[in-house]
Amino acid sequence: MEYYQSEIIFNQEIAPDIFLMEVTRNKEEIEPGQFFMLKTWRDELTLMRPISVYNVLPKQVQFMYRIAGKGTALLSNTKPGDAIQLLGPLGTGFPYKKVHGEIALLGGGIGIPPLFETAKKLKALNNNVTVYLGFKKELFAIDDFAGVADHLFIASEEGEEGYRGFITDLLKPEKFDAVFTCGPEIMMEKVWRMCKEKQVPVWLSMERRMACGIGACLGCNCDTIHGTVRACKDGPVFSGDVLVF
Amino acid sequence: MKNKLETIINGVKFKNPIIAASGCYGFGREYNELYDISLLGGISSKGLTLEPRQGNKGIRIWETASGMMNSVGLQNPGVHRFIEEELPWMRKHDTVIIANLGGSLIEDYIEGINLLNKTEVDMIELNISCPNVKTGGMALGIKADIAFEAVKLCKQASEKPLMVKLSPNAENIIEMAQACEAAGADSLSLVNTFNAMAVDVRNKKAVFNNTYAGLSGAAIKPIALRMVHQVCKNVKIPVVGLGGIYTLEDILSFIMVGATAVQVGTANFNEPNILPTLIQQLEQYCEEEKLNHISDIQGII
Repeated sequence: MEYYQSEIIFNQEIAPDIFLMEVTRNKEEIEPGQFFMLKTWRDELTLMRPISVYNVLPKQVQFMYRIAGKGTALLSNTKPGDAIQLLGPLGTGFPYKKVHGEIALLGGGIGIPPLFETAKKLKALNNNVTVYLGFKKELFAIDDFAGVADHLFIASEEGEEGYRGFITDLLKPEKFDAVFTCGPEIMMEKVWRMCKEKQVPVWLSMERRMACGIGACLGCNCDTIHGTVRACKDGPVFSGDVLVF
Repeated sequence: MKNKLETIINGVKFKNPIIAASGCYGFGREYNELYDISLLGGISSKGLTLEPRQGNKGIRIWETASGMMNSVGLQNPGVHRFIEEELPWMRKHDTVIIANLGGSLIEDYIEGINLLNKTEVDMIELNISCPNVKTGGMALGIKADIAFEAVKLCKQASEKPLMVKLSPNAENIIEMAQACEAAGADSLSLVNTFNAMAVDVRNKKAVFNNTYAGLSGAAIKPIALRMVHQVCKNVKIPVVGLGGIYTLEDILSFIMVGATAVQVGTANFNEPNILPTLIQQLEQYCEEEKLNHISDIQGII
């Protein structure tokens, strides 16, 4: 983890309110499922914003985010060449080295981005990767995932493309050696229950409001069988064996 | 140059008057990955209770205009594990260690103090002002007569210098400060967070499970500053000022109204390396203003 100033290379809207931002990075290794605290402000807002890593490049890192409030709205207004402060990489990501064989990645909405770097890493280790992406309406990041996944399933609740309904309708956990998921908590809880029922190992990436992002403030509590833990440091990715819903 | 910032409170020597505030800094482990925490004047530990606590359920953090609210609820490993696991690590660093102690029952405070007496902590900061636990802490921080009795008993038990952390929610901050001083407090720190509220309009309910939560950050600084000024004018014991300190100017303001030292909390979230920056800026200020010592400007207003 390091705190440093970086430069925005591009920041573009790829779907309504969804942005892809590329920034320069230092040499520190970034694991899939990790995140950074970001800010482009000093006084306008009190807190930095936790944004997960979408894609790691040799000298850059890409973030994909949705405008959800003031922080992400400020991020969306930045332009190439603007300065951005990075704190990270932070947290415990997906255990891509621990799993082997047929792996399913299931993402919903703005929970999709951390699965892209994860898919890349799993493919590099010769796993078979099946990706399930669920959207409300407009699709995004599809081409990137199509380029790396062995199989790609798409669902949209209101849209025209792919299966019309919830992405969890398409998942058959028993076909896989492990499932990684990130998205709305209600969706992840469903995946968790489906995997438990079929005794398939599952890992979930939890989203929380964060203040420090590094494990000091205890603001991002998650309930586990071991008690209250920190999403920012102990997570955001947790094994389904320890999480409590 | 360093000795221009050296500050002594209750016989404890701080290398500078900048202390990491309780609750924002854990036990220093995480920030030590960003910079050497030995730079700091001191660290006030995460609020400890006699027994471990899991803290509050639900949302704990909520950003507000120029500030934030928290409702962590004193999640902490308990005094025993603090002494066994955290304190030995902290003690390896050359900075003052203040054990922040909270609780619900006066018996628990006393037992906590008895345990801390036997350790290498430099001071105890008595938290009589946490808004995020349902019983105890808060009532203690509001009524001066209740605080007097509690601080008196804690002072009798304590073999360490006792700093009492005041709540801005006290009925009368001057009477509260004077009551704590009369009860034997060696020093005071103020202010803790302001009792506040947020509503989740979309879901038509309070944001926090406990309804109310503690407001901190730049938004509270002018009120905190006024309270520190009032208290400094009315007690003789040292006062440590805190509440929304982000900048060198903020630190100077608190010292000019009488604070001996300051604590910085929420600003760490805004700017993770803010403490080393502020220390360096304060050193530079002393040079530029040709001060013999930072205390030259203490209480000049």
